[in-house]
Amino acid sequence: MNLQGLRLYTFAAPSRFYWLTGWLIPLCWLVCLGFAAAGLYIGFFVAPTDATQGDAYRIIFIHVPTAWMSMVLYLVMAFWAGIGWAFNARMASMLARAIAPTGAMFTFLALWTGAIWGKPTWGTWWVWDARLTTELILLFLYLGYIALINAIDDQRRADQAGALLALVGSVNVPIIYFSVKWWNTLHQGASVSVTKGSSMASTMLLAMLLMAIACWAYAFAVVFMRARALTIERESHAGWVAELVQRRIAR
Amino acid sequence: MPEVFSSVLARDLKLASRRRIDALLPLAFFIVAISLFPLGVGPEPGMLRDMAPGVVWVCALLASMLSVGSLFAGDHADGSLEQMLLAPQSAMALAAAKCTAHWLVTGLPLIVATPLVGLLFDMSGPALAALVAGLVLGTPILSLLGALGAALTLGLRSGGMLLILIVLPLAIPALIFGAGAVGTIEAGMSASGHFSLLGALLITTAIGVPPAIAAALRISTE
Repeated sequence: MNLQGLRLYTFAAPSRFYWLTGWLIPLCWLVCLGFAAAGLYIGFFVAPTDATQGDAYRIIFIHVPTAWMSMVLYLVMAFWAGIGWAFNARMASMLARAIAPTGAMFTFLALWTGAIWGKPTWGTWWVWDARLTTELILLFLYLGYIALINAIDDQRRADQAGALLALVGSVNVPIIYFSVKWWNTLHQGASVSVTKGSSMASTMLLAMLLMAIACWAYAFAVVFMRARALTIERESHAGWVAELVQRRIAR
Repeated sequence: MPEVFSSVLARDLKLASRRRIDALLPLAFFIVAISLFPLGVGPEPGMLRDMAPGVVWVCALLASMLSVGSLFAGDHADGSLEQMLLAPQSAMALAAAKCTAHWLVTGLPLIVATPLVGLLFDMSGPALAALVAGLVLGTPILSLLGALGAALTLGLRSGGMLLILIVLPLAIPALIFGAGAVGTIEAGMSASGHFSLLGALLITTAIGVPPAIAAALRISTE
């Protein structure tokens, strides 16, 4: 592949994107597995037991990174969808579409691990805390986006409609967060709060950061894999896909 | 722009007046759905009084979402929507007029019927007034957001359910402040903060959503 004159949008061409991610995906998986192993080891064996919560707190090494990812991925998805809509960039739209299921998965995982953490710590699977409620609504936003783009058969329309919805949703997320927060303080008074006063031990922070990197690498790997599949599907009329298939058959 | 707005509004209101039963269906849904709640949770007056604002708001939300699907469907089916979008006049005015028509035909009757519902739930006078005031500010938001959902899901299979799924999360802030205003009044506090925020939401959606509806209509009819 000739990379003379590398530009900002060089990899916006589906064929070059396909080629690049072919290299990046194994790398991402390697980073993901390596950092996850290190993070889980430190989190579950090295980090000290929490004074008040015991060992139950250790779920946060999965919970916090997934919660971060769920929010970041929504913004990234809205960003690429918006770019795809504004500049008619096919690859950006495909990327947005590829991000959505991973984002929804992380949101679900954050809620699920939160519930697992809440049962021994708060004594209940679920409280209508501002953060929990906002995360749940974020899951609804992801599901709405996925449902909308899958309900529209015409690709172009699906991408553009999805972009509009994702952008409106990303404007709404802070409004939803603050309204839910206010609603919560009005209705519940002094209820349990996710924020903890104590500062974290440095090994805990290290484990959490390692897991965050692992989650990023996982997101990259899975999104690239899904985007590659979408690329092949959508570009099936293009010459380079036919060549690719020929080479696969020959092998 | 004002001519487009007024003529589209007049046309939609005339169409609604020709199909009166269709126009009254959301109101009937609203009242029937609300009267199911006491049957479901029991006739205890204290609990019903606490539940009333939330029940009224959720039912208003659902009534708006169920009725908004037909907002563009008729014009889309006979092709007149495309002609309106092809016209040199602003598509935003068209979107704004459609939303206004929807609110006048659907939102306003719900507000008028709310005092009756308040009697069913044994609400106090000030609480009822706060509920009605919240609905006056909040139902236009529901019409605007619902119209955006309708424009995005135009002509899709299972468009109705899809519309509800994509619009309900966006409508949550309006629900919180609208129902919350009644709660603060009942707790003996001032609800002016809630009304200010509802008003701010209304202004933001009234400015931001019509362009989005216009863009969505262009995407959907392309």
